[in-house]
Amino acid sequence: MSAQGNSVLSISGVNKTFGGLQALSDINLNIEEGKTHAIIGPNGAGKSTLLNTCIGLLKPDNGSINFNGRDLTKGMTPHEINQAGISRVFQTPQIFPELSILQNVMIPAFAKRDGSFKFNPFKALRQEKQLRDEAMSLLGDLDMAEGSHHHAGNLARGNKRRLELAMCLIQHPKLLLLDEPTAGMARHDTNRTIELLKKIKASGMTKVIIEHDMHVVFSLADKISVLAQGAIIAEGLPEEIKGHPKVREAYLGSAEV
Amino acid sequence: MHQLIVPGSNKRDLTIMAIFTAVVLSAPLWGGLIGAGYPDLLQKFAIFGLFAVGYNILFGLTGYLSFGHAAFLGVGSYITVWSFKLLSMNAIPAVIFAVIFSGLFALVIGFLSLRRTGIYFSILTLAFAQMSYNMAYSVLTPVTNGETGLRVLNDDPQVIDRALGVVQDGAPLGDFFGITLTGWAGFYFCAVMLILGFWLSLKIFRSPFGMKLVAIKSNQTRMEYTGFNPKPYLLTAFVISGMYAGLAGSLMAIVDPLAGAERMQWTASGEVVLMTILGGVGTLFGPIIGAATIKYLENIFSAINDTVLTNAYSFMPDWLNSFFVTITSPFVGEGWHLTLGVLFMAIIIFLPGGLMEGFRRIKMKFSGTDNDSNAEPMESEGGAK
Repeated sequence: MSAQGNSVLSISGVNKTFGGLQALSDINLNIEEGKTHAIIGPNGAGKSTLLNTCIGLLKPDNGSINFNGRDLTKGMTPHEINQAGISRVFQTPQIFPELSILQNVMIPAFAKRDGSFKFNPFKALRQEKQLRDEAMSLLGDLDMAEGSHHHAGNLARGNKRRLELAMCLIQHPKLLLLDEPTAGMARHDTNRTIELLKKIKASGMTKVIIEHDMHVVFSLADKISVLAQGAIIAEGLPEEIKGHPKVREAYLGSAEV
Repeated sequence: MHQLIVPGSNKRDLTIMAIFTAVVLSAPLWGGLIGAGYPDLLQKFAIFGLFAVGYNILFGLTGYLSFGHAAFLGVGSYITVWSFKLLSMNAIPAVIFAVIFSGLFALVIGFLSLRRTGIYFSILTLAFAQMSYNMAYSVLTPVTNGETGLRVLNDDPQVIDRALGVVQDGAPLGDFFGITLTGWAGFYFCAVMLILGFWLSLKIFRSPFGMKLVAIKSNQTRMEYTGFNPKPYLLTAFVISGMYAGLAGSLMAIVDPLAGAERMQWTASGEVVLMTILGGVGTLFGPIIGAATIKYLENIFSAINDTVLTNAYSFMPDWLNSFFVTITSPFVGEGWHLTLGVLFMAIIIFLPGGLMEGFRRIKMKFSGTDNDSNAEPMESEGGAK
């Protein structure tokens, strides 16, 4: 295994049970700064559950999740965790369907700039020129600038995903969590997303990706952890994981590599 | 669902304010054309319009349905009469105190009710309002004067008026530095308040704050994982709408210096919900149009009685006449709420976006294009793009 870099997120000894089901058992994971860490595993392995514990959606039964010196499991609310620097793309796109595409991207930019609450009823939205330009240029990078004044709710599913990604990127998070960022996308869109994520990687943003598509995983990941039945069964560089017998048995046996 | 938050432009907003101001101030002129050209009814348009505009900031923008806003209306009325009794018949301190106290009251009720969402939030607000109503009738009688209602009496302290030597004799009336606020003067006082209230509402609709309220309505979970704490946003919206209700209650007591507990009853809370939905939830003008429509129809239908009906059908043979009188009389007079119910159902079924959606459809039909506000690109202040 490679030498330990500067870790951004370190999960240690995390357990989570739902009723009798052990969803996560003794998870230890270090996410290194600037790296793209992929978490793979069969359906129901606990991948999304793991991400949910990192954003305050679920509280682990025990263990700690350390992010930049703060323990996320110690009563931090979702908005505090976001303000600390973690943004997440959900498995089912979570956007604001009633707002325009541009406004969807401006909202997280406001959160980044103004914090979790700001009362400014006398400032007009149209005066926020800098924020708007920033949002527009990001949408331009994602080929979504055209028609950005239309309702986000009318977007196709794949575009909703890209919009949600834009909503996370505009916050320049210290850690970006992606839950199957290409699920439901056509091949063409998937490739575009890979290119985009490579660009983000070049910028030095730390990412955790949950993904089923091995093409995506092996194009992006610096390190891979394999989760099966709530436990990490293997961890290593992509080449190591490709040849790992336990992994083949648990997961890759049925997947095209 | 059409977009609630449009960026607008300075010019457009100024035009909206100018037209709105002109329409409101000229109401005595155009009101005459539709048989509403008298001050009592126009005062009601303005007061309930203000109530609905404020309610819309909570319900229209955040989607939180409060069933207890009449409580703030009542608080505004009581505080106003107390200001009349203790300080002065001048409307200005009365309005200021009413807005402050109803805001504080809304802060407490909002803080407690917003611990829950959806139907539980609605039930909590309803419970608090009914509690206030019952307390105003019972234990709070020393403050509210119970069933009789609170009135200004000749032996009240009125310290400011007495110091200035301007105490009115007889039944005291609300006053604005020497102008008695009844009739047309009363209407113009309410109209100015409505214009100010509408201006603030327009500001909120155009602000990042307003957009965030709509974002909470649209997807509260996303809002939390985007780094916002929805609680203070919701509480602020709740308090603002409570202050609007307090102001409306205050105006009721200014044009008619009397406050009774029935203003706090749940039917009054329900009425403002009807007004907002009928006009168009979350739209700028909808709530005012809804309020005016309901008060206008109430005025017409509740004035009709059997004699009026018999005369209206007098061209018919007697047996047909009495038949029509029998089937239409439950819809008029005391029973005018039946008409309101039918109208409300028709709107909900055929125009779920309220009267504003109806206007939009008509506009689309005539212009042939989708003149929907969401087709408008965002403009920046100062142009350069």
